[in-house]
Amino acid sequence: MAAGSAPVPVIRTQGLGKVYSAGTEAEVVALKAVDLVIDRGEFVAIMGPSGSGKSTLMNLIGCLDTPSSGKYFCDGVDVSTLDKEALAGLRRDKIGFVFQGFHLLPRMDATDNVAMPLGYARIPHAERRERARAALVSVGLGERAGHRPNELSGGQQQRVAIARALVNSPPILLADEPTGALDSKTGEEILALFKRLRDDGHTVILITHDAHVAAHADRTYVMHDGDLHPQTDAEAAA
Amino acid sequence: MTLLDILRTAFFALRGNWMRSALTSLGVIIGIAAVIVMVSIGQGTQAEIDKMVSGLGSQRLDIGGAGGMGPGGARVAQGSRWSLNDGDVEAIRNEVPTVQYASGSLRGNTQVVFAENNASTSWQGVQDDWFAINDWQIADGAGFQANDYAGSAKPVILGETVRKTLFGEDSGIGQTVRLGRVPFTVVGTLKPKGQGGFGQDQDDMVVVPLETARRRLSNSQSMPPGAVQQISVGIDDARNLGSAQGEIEALLRQRHKIEPGAEDDFAVRNISQIVATRTATTNLMSKLLGAVAGICLIIGGIGIMNIMLVSVTERIREIGLRMAVGAGPRDVRRQFLAEAMLISLIGGVIGIAIGVVGALVVGKIGDLPVQLNAQVVMLAAAFSIGTGLFFGYYPARKASLLDPIEALRQQ
Repeated sequence: MAAGSAPVPVIRTQGLGKVYSAGTEAEVVALKAVDLVIDRGEFVAIMGPSGSGKSTLMNLIGCLDTPSSGKYFCDGVDVSTLDKEALAGLRRDKIGFVFQGFHLLPRMDATDNVAMPLGYARIPHAERRERARAALVSVGLGERAGHRPNELSGGQQQRVAIARALVNSPPILLADEPTGALDSKTGEEILALFKRLRDDGHTVILITHDAHVAAHADRTYVMHDGDLHPQTDAEAAA
Repeated sequence: MTLLDILRTAFFALRGNWMRSALTSLGVIIGIAAVIVMVSIGQGTQAEIDKMVSGLGSQRLDIGGAGGMGPGGARVAQGSRWSLNDGDVEAIRNEVPTVQYASGSLRGNTQVVFAENNASTSWQGVQDDWFAINDWQIADGAGFQANDYAGSAKPVILGETVRKTLFGEDSGIGQTVRLGRVPFTVVGTLKPKGQGGFGQDQDDMVVVPLETARRRLSNSQSMPPGAVQQISVGIDDARNLGSAQGEIEALLRQRHKIEPGAEDDFAVRNISQIVATRTATTNLMSKLLGAVAGICLIIGGIGIMNIMLVSVTERIREIGLRMAVGAGPRDVRRQFLAEAMLISLIGGVIGIAIGVVGALVVGKIGDLPVQLNAQVVMLAAAFSIGTGLFFGYYPARKASLLDPIEALRQQ
């Protein structure tokens, strides 16, 4: 925790590194000493080709994994010392995930899909449905609350997924190729939604391999062979 | 998640694949129904034996005539020779210290007639101790007096079934009934004992003094004077049964002048031994039935485990997603455990219903003693929950140990 009145960055990493199969011949250094600071209300894109280590970085930022070296403070909490239960609690309270494949549960309607994270936060059933409906309204899907995923278009399904990520009011919204499964027009709509969420004070981190998508963000970082650096003008122009 | 949430989630997950869930719980249904039917039969049989034990008493020995070689070398049945007599009864009573009661007896069948009513029944000719040995109590009337046993009087005591046939609501005390052609005076009625351990009606008989029976009722031409068919002996303590049996055997061999090594002309039966054998048999049967029920439950449980493992594999992406949005290993484990337990609990409830009906049907049609009680049902319910818990734990644990990154990556 930072002292005084200085705002705590939602994400701060210090020399964050990840090594898979350490000490064996199959050893892979996926992430090399990454320092990254993201403040509340920023819209940041992390770009890179597949194999560059951006998935590893996302898993670490998303508290799905723990680092091999360095430190990660997620909204001020040191992640490296936490066990699986505590990590799950941190994901529940701090992070909203949006996936490329939407990951909606087909047997539930949109409201129940959105309400699901609240169950793990031990929110009463009635309040859950209420908050889920409010989240659906905020992504422009108030009318579709009772529909099942297979009755919705791809763009609508992704909106449901974003509503699910928002329902717990987490400080971090982590989107992994959120437009990857959508046509370009629908993709633009989703990106516009992220910008609006940023304007409402949410922190959005967008992980993508697509420069056009990354261009919507306020700041873009590029991953390359496990190194993270801010995007240069040349890269942006490419 | 609260318990209600967990159950609701589990219910919806099972309903999503209801055919599979129903087939899976069928294993538990069969297992639990089997447990109920088997345990009911086991308990019923044991209760039957207990009743038999209490009816026979555990402190008695019965001595009958032995079989042996008849004329022409043909074997004849036990008790068909007149080898026992009044002298043996007196000797046993007087010379074996642990003997408390001894009574010789004769028996036969007869028609009992009163006015226009008649009953076909059996008679027992007995001595005074017979009532104590067999725990017969007089319900009405004075019973036999000391001089009734001399043989000249003709008193009779009626069993409840015979009394009801002849007299309906009346006790019949003081009335004259005919046993065959011989008139007897009713001096008492016996308190009813109901059905015996072998299913016979114990109250369907009349009792007369031994000597009277000998003179008036026995129609055996070959019967020597003073002979008895059977000697019943009451021992002072159940622990002395074995030693008393030995002493009586030695005494009778001596009295009957049987050479060492020669075959006895009498047989001592220890009924409590017979009962003990039957109890052991029943216990074995109960264990076998229990094993069958247990195997059914294990098969049902393996079915649950199998389907839960399939379910974990199928829903690996769901598990990954739930973990990503904040479900900890504990939440995931509970959810899958709840599904397994819900399957087995639903199976248990249906199985209990089928088992109770089945036990009643088996009791009615199969003519087996069946005893149903709340404990059996509780036991079955506990078994069904236990099955779900035991066989659901491994798949649930497997789900909880999944790595969310790997699980999310699955297509």
